[in-house]
Amino acid sequence: MLHLILFFIFAAVCIAGAINLLAQSHPINSALSLIVVMGSLAVLYLLLGAEFVAAIQIIIYAGAVMVLFIFVIMLLNAGVEEHSGKSYVAWFIGIPSVTVLVGLAVYSLVLYQEKSAPAIGPDPLLGSVQEIAHLLFGKFLLPFEVTSVLILIAIMGAVVLARRGES
Amino acid sequence: MLTYIVIAAIKSLVLIHVLLGAVAYTVWLERKVVGHMQNRWGPTRVGPFGLLQPIADGVKFILKEDLTPPHVYKPLFILAPMLSVVLALTSIAIIPLGNQLPLGRWTTAFQITSSPTGTGDINIGLLVLLGVTSIAVYGIALAGWSSNNKYSLLGSLRASAQMISYELSLGLSLVGVLLLAGSLSLRQIVDNQAGRYFGVLPHWYVFPQMIAFFIYLISAYAETNRIPFDLPEAETELVAGYHTEYSAMKFAMFFMAEYANMFTVACVATLLFFGGWHGPIPQFLPPLVQAFVPLLWFALKVLVFIFVYIWVRGTLPRFRYDQLMAFGWKFLLPLAIANIIITSLIVAWLS
Repeated sequence: MLHLILFFIFAAVCIAGAINLLAQSHPINSALSLIVVMGSLAVLYLLLGAEFVAAIQIIIYAGAVMVLFIFVIMLLNAGVEEHSGKSYVAWFIGIPSVTVLVGLAVYSLVLYQEKSAPAIGPDPLLGSVQEIAHLLFGKFLLPFEVTSVLILIAIMGAVVLARRGES
Repeated sequence: MLTYIVIAAIKSLVLIHVLLGAVAYTVWLERKVVGHMQNRWGPTRVGPFGLLQPIADGVKFILKEDLTPPHVYKPLFILAPMLSVVLALTSIAIIPLGNQLPLGRWTTAFQITSSPTGTGDINIGLLVLLGVTSIAVYGIALAGWSSNNKYSLLGSLRASAQMISYELSLGLSLVGVLLLAGSLSLRQIVDNQAGRYFGVLPHWYVFPQMIAFFIYLISAYAETNRIPFDLPEAETELVAGYHTEYSAMKFAMFFMAEYANMFTVACVATLLFFGGWHGPIPQFLPPLVQAFVPLLWFALKVLVFIFVYIWVRGTLPRFRYDQLMAFGWKFLLPLAIANIIITSLIVAWLS
């Protein structure tokens, strides 16, 4: 019962944050709305029993990635955006595709209910740190290492770009 | 379910008041100790030994005019101090302060986020703390930006960069302890530290993890923006840094947040490295009284850390900004990584 109430509260906060992200004209307000979305997603993960994923969502996305977004906005002193309302791309491609996507989501979630799939409840064991570590360093070791090499390449690229101005 | 919520609410209420009282009297302690270190008396006028000074300060903060400069971005200007103080007070919810308190039919733990039976703890306690710390950057960053003042902006940029940089070595220094403890639950980590090595030395993680402890201590000073890392509010360069434009209660909120963060950091150091609430004297009192004794040990250890904070403030000069960054990235971070590798090799060897 409490789970359900919390789910609806934070799902509503999440959607409201996402809409506010689009509606705000000042970039810093949009960035803050995105943080709200990240935070409420973390709570939704927590309600599903994925504690570790929830904590990492807060630390990495809300804490580290969005701080850099805010940093850039602060440093560039980005001004208020103007809404021209004259984008033909938005009118003729954007709005129809959003309608189709929302329609598909509603159809698959509400009208076309999968009867055979079992309901997934909160499972304290599936989201635990030990479980994730066993998967990450056992079954998915190779993809994990490849990803870390990818991140290393990105870091080296950043160093090269930063050093270019000096010499 | 309802009793659990009510008990949690009561615990939160009590703990917030205790924490804010402790914050107020830490300010008094700091002024007094730093005063004596500099051959002064510190506060003496209000009450005996200046003991009522925090109350006088509080009244002053409330009664002062709350100025909002005309050029600020108002929504964020008001939000920023609230964010700081709320996040600083949130992190105390995770911290276990003692064992269970037997209250007739119910048993509850000295911790807000304990399970209804009082024995369990959330499995990701430490990660929640790190998450709250990483969110706390926003209070300072937004304060500086929304003030629309170059000194504020510089101060908040410095603070954010410093907090992000030292968060890495802070987080990595804790990994050594986690490897030894094998759990992220703070209660579990403290329980693992019960007992003694060879019957003499307490089984605290500070002894096998000495290097991690020093990395943690230094990074914690930088995280809380205290001397010698208080560059965000370096008054000779930046007026008052990110809170230049703040007055009255809004300024007091930043002040409270800083001191509450000091307490959180001291609590984590006590829990992870110094055995939490375990004391040297065995149990001899009746159960209801005995339940409160661990709180005393915990408070004593936290107080020692607060004293070291003040001591460092009275002793060390401020870093230069490039020194600060070089120290964090080129010394502390590699050292923390080396510590993790050595610790995990030893743990793997012994198991």
